[in-house]
Amino acid sequence: MDVLFLSRLQFAAATFFHFLFVPLTLGLSILVAIMETKYARTGEEIYLRMTKFWSKLFLVNFAVGIVTGITLEFQFGTNWSRYSSFVGDIFGSLLAIEATAAFFLESTFIGVWVFGWKKLSAKAHAFVMWLVAFASTLSAIWILTANAWMQHPVGYVLKNGRAELESFADVVFQGFAVLEFIHTASAAYILSAFFVMGISAYHLLKKQHVEFFSKSFRMALVFGLIFSVLEVVEGHLHGSDLAEKQPTKLAAMEAHWQTMTYAPKYLFAWPDQQMEKNSIEIIPIPGVLSLLAKHTPSAEVKGLKDFPKEDRPPVLITYLSFNLMVGLGFYFVLVTLIGWLKRNKLMESPWYLKLMLYSIPLPYIACELGWTVAEVGRQPWIVYGLMKTADAFSPIATSQVLTSLVAFILVYGLLGAVGFYLIIKNAKQGPNPA
Amino acid sequence: MILQDIWFFLWGLLWAVYFITDGFDLGIGCLLPVLAKTDEEKRIMFNSMGPLWDGNEVWLLTAGGVTFAAFPKVYGVMFSSLYSALMLLLFSLILRGVCFEFRSKVNHPGWRRLWDTCMFAGSLLPAILLGVAFANIFRGIPFDGNGVYQGTLITLLNPYGLLGGLLFLMLFLVHGAIFLSIKSDGDLHTRAARTAGIIWWLLLVVAVIFLIASALYTPLYKNYLANPMLFIVIVITVLALLGIKVFVTKGHFWKAWFSSALTIIGATFYGVIGLYPNMFPSSIDPAYSLSAHNASSSPLTLKIMLVVAVIFVPIVLSYQIWAYNLFKHKVTKDDLAYEEAY
Ligand code: HDD
Ligand code: HEM
Ligand code: HEM
Repeated sequence: MDVLFLSRLQFAAATFFHFLFVPLTLGLSILVAIMETKYARTGEEIYLRMTKFWSKLFLVNFAVGIVTGITLEFQFGTNWSRYSSFVGDIFGSLLAIEATAAFFLESTFIGVWVFGWKKLSAKAHAFVMWLVAFASTLSAIWILTANAWMQHPVGYVLKNGRAELESFADVVFQGFAVLEFIHTASAAYILSAFFVMGISAYHLLKKQHVEFFSKSFRMALVFGLIFSVLEVVEGHLHGSDLAEKQPTKLAAMEAHWQTMTYAPKYLFAWPDQQMEKNSIEIIPIPGVLSLLAKHTPSAEVKGLKDFPKEDRPPVLITYLSFNLMVGLGFYFVLVTLIGWLKRNKLMESPWYLKLMLYSIPLPYIACELGWTVAEVGRQPWIVYGLMKTADAFSPIATSQVLTSLVAFILVYGLLGAVGFYLIIKNAKQGPNPA
Repeated sequence: MILQDIWFFLWGLLWAVYFITDGFDLGIGCLLPVLAKTDEEKRIMFNSMGPLWDGNEVWLLTAGGVTFAAFPKVYGVMFSSLYSALMLLLFSLILRGVCFEFRSKVNHPGWRRLWDTCMFAGSLLPAILLGVAFANIFRGIPFDGNGVYQGTLITLLNPYGLLGGLLFLMLFLVHGAIFLSIKSDGDLHTRAARTAGIIWWLLLVVAVIFLIASALYTPLYKNYLANPMLFIVIVITVLALLGIKVFVTKGHFWKAWFSSALTIIGATFYGVIGLYPNMFPSSIDPAYSLSAHNASSSPLTLKIMLVVAVIFVPIVLSYQIWAYNLFKHKVTKDDLAYEEAY
């Protein structure tokens, strides 16, 4: 085990863990803000109780989200120092802007929100929650812009042995970042909707707080339906954008080895990286990959064999992650559509409520798979086409990284266990009586 | 180049603001086992910093982020050289950060003791580590021409480094005790005020030793001797330090808090001025040292970041001051009856 491998493992563990909490923050902050706004407008008690109940879960999640973000901010320096020196001119500024423009807003106003119930009017207090939601979204925009630059570097020149900024506008307004933001934000909204629907279903199955949870369920359902549909459409655009910007990733996602026209999509395949082919290929549908990637069935799609062996990402992981994510994406559309048809007679379909309860983890899995596609599929590059991951890590002692990796696993294990325990405990307890 | 110097100054300022803001809540965390006699008093201490600590900690993220953006090479070499110390700091802050939300969610003495311990250790370690790190930077760090660190965590724990750790701890303890005096009443208030007065003497002793030790172990005074006008920074810092004692004795706690804030700014700039233009000096060969002039970003990035800073920092300061003002009242039993209270 070398420093490179351990650093990758540690970074992956830290980001994956952070992203268990990020999406719920992004989505639930908006749902809570909507609930509280309804309360401020109508004065109806039930919306206040909804705000209080869902925000309790939100705050536990938020706390873990914040503390796990803090390590990430420094890991570029601790574990990827050569990367940091090489790209800091561009990448570092995006991170610094995120902190100044978004994190301050987020963290200051969450304090005001939690402790300000008696100090602010109902309207002002609801507005503060919108500020928190806005700030979380802003932070997502900046960090995803930074990530998008690693996926598709633009607006730079190579000078003084590093990448220097040439056009800030090119970096900030690039298509890849826009697609990545819409895709990740929608994923977060789907996850939050399923979270709220699942917990509501738990109580509806027990026939308790029926009005409270029917209302919560329907509110989340609208959210979930809209963004599940959007996600599939946008995901497709995201994929065809890759055909142009990261052909190796696209080819790995589809286990596509041979450059050809009328490229097929398989119902199922099992790629074998060593042999440079698929050891299993079931039901090829000719032209579909060309259609998806280039919008015409006759278009040529580049295969992995057109790229040097050392420039190909791990194909099996990328392929499986991508196809599972897509499968889940269609599943989310299906079950939210069913929910829409049943929205006024939820209590009559316990099987559906049960399905939704057990679906809570699925969007979490889809999100982590998505990041696996994006990050593993980008390998061996840390900045696509510009810098290899193997040239990016810090020259530090293996023992140091091994120690910190073990510490990450222990501490995060504890945090995750306690965090989810508290969320589940509070979720089961249900809202305070009216 | 002027831009690099501006950013060097802002870099120092961001660290100073971080030490002022997070300094008092780290101090309160360290004092938790000393000052609080009952669970209620513990909760008052938690809630006294409850709405503010997270916003304070973002100054650390900003100081880190700005190091990355304006001086990427410093960011890489500094944080990888100080790897173990920084990881220890981050883990402390993580465990401490969740204490607020977790502690009062379960009403069980063992559970609460667990998070009280995390709060104490998670405040004590960062206070000391920050001091150790900065004192070592003043002294010079053993890293070579490729930015590879040639020591271990133990290398940092030399007498001067430890003295720096002690200095930071004392600064934060006094700063925290004063803030707690502002935010509490009754017995807790009396105890906090008395503690601030006592620790102040320790701070005074450590500060004097540190000023002398710096002359022996570091080149910090070179810039001062070249430009004696700069000694005014040290004079102001010492006056502010004396002011703390005067105001605490008189019971003017806000004034005491501002004095202690000024002491912290002064102490930070005392070091930053001595370092200039270095940011991360090498003790192996001065030629390897990273400075504002040889490790900065391109002029374009520095310019853009300056525009961002000029726009956002005043906005941030104004809403943070608004929030401090909103929560300047004493924390009482009524506040603890809140559903969301920590
Ligand atoms: C798509 C969104 C997203 C992504 C990909 C990331 N984050 Fe994150 N981050 C957030 C969205 C977010 C958030 C929604 O704003 C958080 C999550 C939970 C929270 O409370 O705020 C947050 C919190 C958060 C914090 C704590 C802020 C505070 O104290 O208020 C830091 C320092 C980071 N993040 C840093 C990072 C870094 C360096 C990442 C890259 C590896 C990263 N995050 C990935
Ligand atoms: C939060 C969601 C994210 C997840 C789950 C995630 C996941 C991963 C994974 C699994 C790896 C290791 C890939 C490999 O080595 O095979 C990785 C690497 C990396 N990612 Fe991400 N990532 C996320 C967000 C980001 C963002 C937003 C950035 C930049 C702003 C980023 C920057 C990096 C860097 C610097 C590496 C290390 C180099 C590498 O191994 O490629 N990641 N990430
Ligand atoms: C049919 C549906 C979907 C398609 C076609 C699709 C497509 C894609 C593609 C092509 C990427 C890689 C982009 C890159 O390399 O940067 C990606 C990443 C990702 N996906 Fe999906 N996706 C779908 C559904 C979902 C769902 C349902 C979720 C979660 C609820 C999700 C979450 C993510 C996340 C978090 C990422 C990483 C961030 C990013 O790169 O945008 N995706 N998806």
